Amino acid sequence: MRITVSVNGQPHTRDVEPRLLLVHFLRDELGLTGTHWGCDTSNCGVCTVQLDGVPVKSCTVLAVMADGHEVTTVEGLERDGELDAVQKGFVECHGLQCGFCTPGMLLTARRLLDTVPDPDEGQIREAISGQLCRCTGYENIVRSIRWAAAAEGEARR
Amino acid sequence: MSHGRMHRKEDARFIRGRGNYTDDVRLPGMLYGAILRSPYAHARIVSVDASAAEAHPKVRAVIIGQTLAGLGLAWMPTLSRDTQAVLATDKVRFQGQEVAFVVAEDAYSARDALELIDVEYEPLDAVIDARKALDPDAPVIRDDLEGRTDNHVFDWEAGDGERADALFAQAEVTVAQDMLYPRVHPAPLETCGAVADFDKVTGKLTVWCPTQAPHAHRTLYAMVAGLPEHKIRVISPDIGGGFGGKVGIYPGYVCAIVGSIVTGRPVKWMEDRSENLMSTSFARDYHMRGEIAATRDGRIRAIRVKVLADHGAFNGTAQPTKFPAGFFHVFSGSYDIEAAHCAVTGVYTNKAPGGVAYACSFRITEAVYLVERMVDVLAAELGMDPAELRLRNLIRPEQFPYRSPTGWEYDSGDYPRALRLAMDLAGYDKLRAEQADRRARGELMGIGVSFFTEAVGAGPRKHMDILGLGMADGAELRVHPTGKAVLRVSCQTQGQGHETTFAQIVGQELGIPADDVEVVHGDTDQTPFGLGTYGSRSTPVSGAAAAIVSRKVRERARIVAAAMLEASPDDLEWADGRWAVVGDPATGRSMAEIALAAHSDLELPEGVEGHLDAVTVYNPPNLTYPFGAYICVVDVDPGTGQVKVRRFVAVDDCGVRINPMIVEGQIHGGLADGIGMALMQVMAFDEDGNHLGASFMDYLLPTAMECPSWELGETVTPSPTHPIGAKGVGESATVGSPAAVVNAVVDALAPYGVRHADMPLTPANVWRVINGNPFRTDLAIP
Ligand code: FES
Ligand code: FES
Repeated sequence: MRITVSVNGQPHTRDVEPRLLLVHFLRDELGLTGTHWGCDTSNCGVCTVQLDGVPVKSCTVLAVMADGHEVTTVEGLERDGELDAVQKGFVECHGLQCGFCTPGMLLTARRLLDTVPDPDEGQIREAISGQLCRCTGYENIVRSIRWAAAAEGEARR
Repeated sequence: MSHGRMHRKEDARFIRGRGNYTDDVRLPGMLYGAILRSPYAHARIVSVDASAAEAHPKVRAVIIGQTLAGLGLAWMPTLSRDTQAVLATDKVRFQGQEVAFVVAEDAYSARDALELIDVEYEPLDAVIDARKALDPDAPVIRDDLEGRTDNHVFDWEAGDGERADALFAQAEVTVAQDMLYPRVHPAPLETCGAVADFDKVTGKLTVWCPTQAPHAHRTLYAMVAGLPEHKIRVISPDIGGGFGGKVGIYPGYVCAIVGSIVTGRPVKWMEDRSENLMSTSFARDYHMRGEIAATRDGRIRAIRVKVLADHGAFNGTAQPTKFPAGFFHVFSGSYDIEAAHCAVTGVYTNKAPGGVAYACSFRITEAVYLVERMVDVLAAELGMDPAELRLRNLIRPEQFPYRSPTGWEYDSGDYPRALRLAMDLAGYDKLRAEQADRRARGELMGIGVSFFTEAVGAGPRKHMDILGLGMADGAELRVHPTGKAVLRVSCQTQGQGHETTFAQIVGQELGIPADDVEVVHGDTDQTPFGLGTYGSRSTPVSGAAAAIVSRKVRERARIVAAAMLEASPDDLEWADGRWAVVGDPATGRSMAEIALAAHSDLELPEGVEGHLDAVTVYNPPNLTYPFGAYICVVDVDPGTGQVKVRRFVAVDDCGVRINPMIVEGQIHGGLADGIGMALMQVMAFDEDGNHLGASFMDYLLPTAMECPSWELGETVTPSPTHPIGAKGVGESATVGSPAAVVNAVVDALAPYGVRHADMPLTPANVWRVINGNPFRTDLAIP
């Protein structure tokens, strides 16, 4: 099937098998390997991207379902050489170790701050509860997201 | 100077999605492999018909056991001098065992073709319960081994049994407890996989795979496949978590290599999650019976343990050769005990091979869990507070270096100080008062204490090797003319931040910014030999190598600086990161100045070569012994059996902390692991050997919701043997935390007369107890 998906603002047109998963479309067709794959059952969340601004597990979306839609991956977070606040937060607060869960966490964090600019710890934990991290024990991910919220709050003032 | 909190260098690529993991490697003309696995735990292979798969238009090769047998590659050695089938020829011995390998133009087609392979099996009775493995009528799993008539792997013991028995005979109080440390899996979020590229023209084989021990892999490939070692390059790119699961060589790696040799094209193989959970290295699976002999006032005198170790179908555990049960014999723990004895029996079962992985420091996890549960069992027997009982028995600071009853020499520590600090941070007395109030109201609150001593940094070559390869690690340091440096090390990070920490070590020693030091690792063509990263050995071994090679460079720099200053090297002192004439700091020369001079036309004394580069191999004189005190507070819902970890206080002493931020991150991760193992994670099987935890739907890992906000504290007791006093920390929290959680839950359930419960303490399991049923202490299907 011929599909056109806009990824990080760039339209991409490809002929794909109907069964192709969005995660494989991004990784193998477009070479955007920042989106990872980690389970067979939609549990781990390392494949999380934004579809029309909403976090989805790209292993659970067929590429054809993204036809005509806008996908944002971790590669799209940095704008004009400026890191997104959530990216900065993860560096500041050691929110990553192996980095495998990080892209998915960043995209969920971005969405959270877009909808809840000043989330408390409970809201952050709930927002990332569909995503696993095996390295950080989550503590520093929570702090990273709070750091980003504070930085953006500061910038708004 | 360079030690201290510093943001990680590696983060720049990871936050941009620019990491380079094995599955990100794409080579021109690359093919994709997939593995057909056994649906049975134990079955004879009658026939394999791959013709339909071979006829698939996108398939380039199908490799089966017989193909490999023709090449002498059907079996490979394990890290414990056993053998393991690469692709099964005679029988399958666990569910998920590798049977055939398909290579196709794309990953989806390779998977399609698996369904076209027709394997005829004759199912056999399976051995699933390790306690029945040695029954006279148990089916013999390893009939491939000459003369094998049972499922026995090894017997091993340590300590002084007679002395322990004598103390037991006269003891005022004894307690005994059976416990199981269930089979778990490290489950890093990146699964295992490999990209193999054999170049027929040059004869060079390049393998990308997420290995924690790239050099050991290269040597093993050379030994197994007969390929010349200098024609093998193992590249371990970014690794998405390892935790011990990525130490060994898996059949899929060998299949990818054979696939590339057969097709003449690069071959990528990545396992999926269920393959990862079913076939790669599990951990634990120790059935233990512990006993303590003590005085009535709570002085522990002797400890005995019997262990039945389930090693699965092939003994694939990665232990130093002399220690088939790893370092389990540190089970006397952190206590000053007169006598200790353990006897471990290993058996084969129809389960996946392995037996070490998962942040366990060579079985110290099992040992710490055993002793820390036993101490609580004793506390219950004596009616004594578990923290108080520990304080009464901890090794005292003046006893270091402390010779343990099983022969370890603990290097340094102040244990009571660490436990008291943890109690202070937790507000221990207040918590006990709160617990009493809540109990009076019928609420279930528990407080769990654990104390651990780790033994990491394996190890002295004289005592420790893996497959004959001594556990020493190399380091090379180059200093460029402008004073920027490149450090090459044999270990490989899986998230521990080596690119930062090791740069800090060099920076500190040379008086240059850590940003001026590039760390190269994970590529056997570019780094010196060494055994890699596991058992928390990177900082204790490679970190020591990095410090020592830096000091060698510094000594070379001294000679050059002396020539620059027209002084004698003996008249110089190293101060503030510069070589200067003693008492005259103004003469100080920085490393950058010295490096330039070392590469210049400056006249050097007779016999001095110039440049500053140096190499070293670090053979640790002893292990290092990090330790810590943990306190966990839980609330149990009597209606649902749900355990909520309310607080977790962790005081760690890992010696000198090079980058405290990274150390704390390591601890956080290990604490989450402890909660996972104590409350959620288990690899269970039914009586036919069907794996009941083969996906993340069934194998439950902790999320942000199950983890509390960790409360950390620290003490610092430098290691006397490590050049910078660091002890290592990677696995400390995974080792120490499960017992704290279980102790807390058992404490909460004390009103029900519970003294012990086997992990995982799932709501269903806890609820049974609350409703008057005994805790299940085995994992058979009810
Ligand atoms: S890959 Fe695990 S949720 Fe998508
Ligand atoms: S940083 Fe490794 S899984 Fe999250």
